[in-house]
Amino acid sequence: METLRFLLRKLAADRTAALGALLILLLIVVAIAAPMLSTHPQDVTEFNPPGRLQPPSVEHFFGTDRMGSDVYSRLLFGARITIAIAVIAIGVSVLIGIPVGLVAGYYRNWVSDALMRISDIFLAVPQIVLAIAIAQTLGPSIENVILALSATYWPFWARLVYAETRSALNETYVEASIALGASPGRVMLFHVLPNISSSLIVRTTIGMGGTILTAATLGFLGLGPPAPSPEWGRTIAESREFLPEAWWYATAPGLAIFLVVMGFNLFGDGLRDILDPRTRRSADG
Amino acid sequence: MRELVLALNRLLWLAPTLLGLLALTFTISHVIPADPVAFIAGDNASAEQIAALKAKFGVDKPLPVQLWNYVTGVARGDFGVSLYTQRPIADDLVSRLPATLELAFVSILLAAVIGIPLGVLAAVDRNSWLDHVLRVFTVSGLAIAAFWLAILFQLLFAMELGITPLQGRIDGWGPDPVTGFFLIDSAWTGDWEAFRSAAHHMVLPAVTLAFPAMATVMRFTRAGVLDAINSNYVDYQNAMGVPRRVVIWRYVLRNALIGTVTQLGLIFGNLIANAVVVEAVFDWPGLGLYAVNSILRSDYNAIMGFTLVMGAVFIIANLLVDIAHGLIDPREAG
Repeated sequence: METLRFLLRKLAADRTAALGALLILLLIVVAIAAPMLSTHPQDVTEFNPPGRLQPPSVEHFFGTDRMGSDVYSRLLFGARITIAIAVIAIGVSVLIGIPVGLVAGYYRNWVSDALMRISDIFLAVPQIVLAIAIAQTLGPSIENVILALSATYWPFWARLVYAETRSALNETYVEASIALGASPGRVMLFHVLPNISSSLIVRTTIGMGGTILTAATLGFLGLGPPAPSPEWGRTIAESREFLPEAWWYATAPGLAIFLVVMGFNLFGDGLRDILDPRTRRSADG
Repeated sequence: MRELVLALNRLLWLAPTLLGLLALTFTISHVIPADPVAFIAGDNASAEQIAALKAKFGVDKPLPVQLWNYVTGVARGDFGVSLYTQRPIADDLVSRLPATLELAFVSILLAAVIGIPLGVLAAVDRNSWLDHVLRVFTVSGLAIAAFWLAILFQLLFAMELGITPLQGRIDGWGPDPVTGFFLIDSAWTGDWEAFRSAAHHMVLPAVTLAFPAMATVMRFTRAGVLDAINSNYVDYQNAMGVPRRVVIWRYVLRNALIGTVTQLGLIFGNLIANAVVVEAVFDWPGLGLYAVNSILRSDYNAIMGFTLVMGAVFIIANLLVDIAHGLIDPREAG
């Protein structure tokens, strides 16, 4: 509780981090309250072709799309997809990556070598390229986007936790607990993990931004949830044939992606300065 | 000598990493799909058609045999046949690689030529209005979706203002191929008309790709300069009366750039990843556009070939960055 209050005070003092937190909060509120905040909630599934491609107005804040649906309302529901994909994909990759990294870092045998070599192969290719290959093989859907993102993101966490575990093993507190007869599992879960958690939290926050961008890219390429999903990347792809006339159609979802990713990046940078002072360079201020 | 050993050591790792990448694409293309042939044949194929297709693609054999055929095939430069164009995928990829590389090189060059000086200026004038403006710029560069930026540029400069071409790589057929890089080929043959057109078409895609790369370059150059500026040798040179301008641009920058160079691998990776969508928006006839078209046609053979080539390009680029880093910064070689 005390640490939480300390954290909040520090964050409030850092204006850019506070702005980041505000943007994240906005995303969460919008996602939860989408049915209440939207002006045309039925437009996610129902269409109104006669009223298509109308410019922004009091009736339609961000205009209407090719089906005559309200772009603003669909944007709000798209926030739910964005959150669901990012949270589940990061959750899964962290849940795979942490045990792999802990085990590979703790033991020094062929298993840990093998685990790290496998991670290195994944990391040898840009994430989006592998994610495209997997998502294409599996077919377009939300579940498959999550699968493709998790399958390509866990090695990053395995690498990170591996390196942190190796350096933690040289610390006195870990040596002491091993000397006192703590089992490997106990050392990993109760001594190593808590001490690397702050750097994990920082990376998770920044990773959310990156994952949202990658997910939107898959959506833009047609590998995300199929039409009529209000997913942001897909919406931008749909808008292209109506440019330059329907400029609002492409602009609104892109702006939403930009603000959300920026929110996670700013918040992550702020968290890093507070939680992970080792990586903070005199220069980064 | 130590640098050479290090470089050789890196080179030795190249083969197992590429093999691992092959195993990965094999798993994605041959193991994950429940029935790849039914997927290719479509819903209306008869049993005989499916059996014939299975024999044609070799998927009637056990998985280890398939893996062997796959690896030996790729080793011979045989990536299989595109399900859509019916041409060998290797030929398709080779003919499109120069377009992507030319775009990537011009973008990296832009990012470095603009990003490094701006990073230095931001560090030297820390907390000035310029530093703040540039900070907003870096933060945005890392948060913006490349495909959206591409569309915004298109909307503004090509559609509204009409000062750049909307899409494509050149007007007409392009210069006689020597290197496949239009800018070099047209300059080589003295075809300045083609050179102008190629450069004109290059502007928007290159700036789009360079934007996030520039943000990273600027960020690390600034951090590096700030670190170096506070070191003893700078104090020494200041005390010796060396002009500040010389200290910064000659001594500080050289040390500061080491940090930026280590990021080149990451920057290049992001850049070719973004190239996929940026090429799609600008109809730039490179590997990325090929991949996007293959996605639309469910041509998964072609996508695996694309994945392999992108992986190989990325792995080799990282190898070069590591070697260059060892040469610039002898401390790392130990």
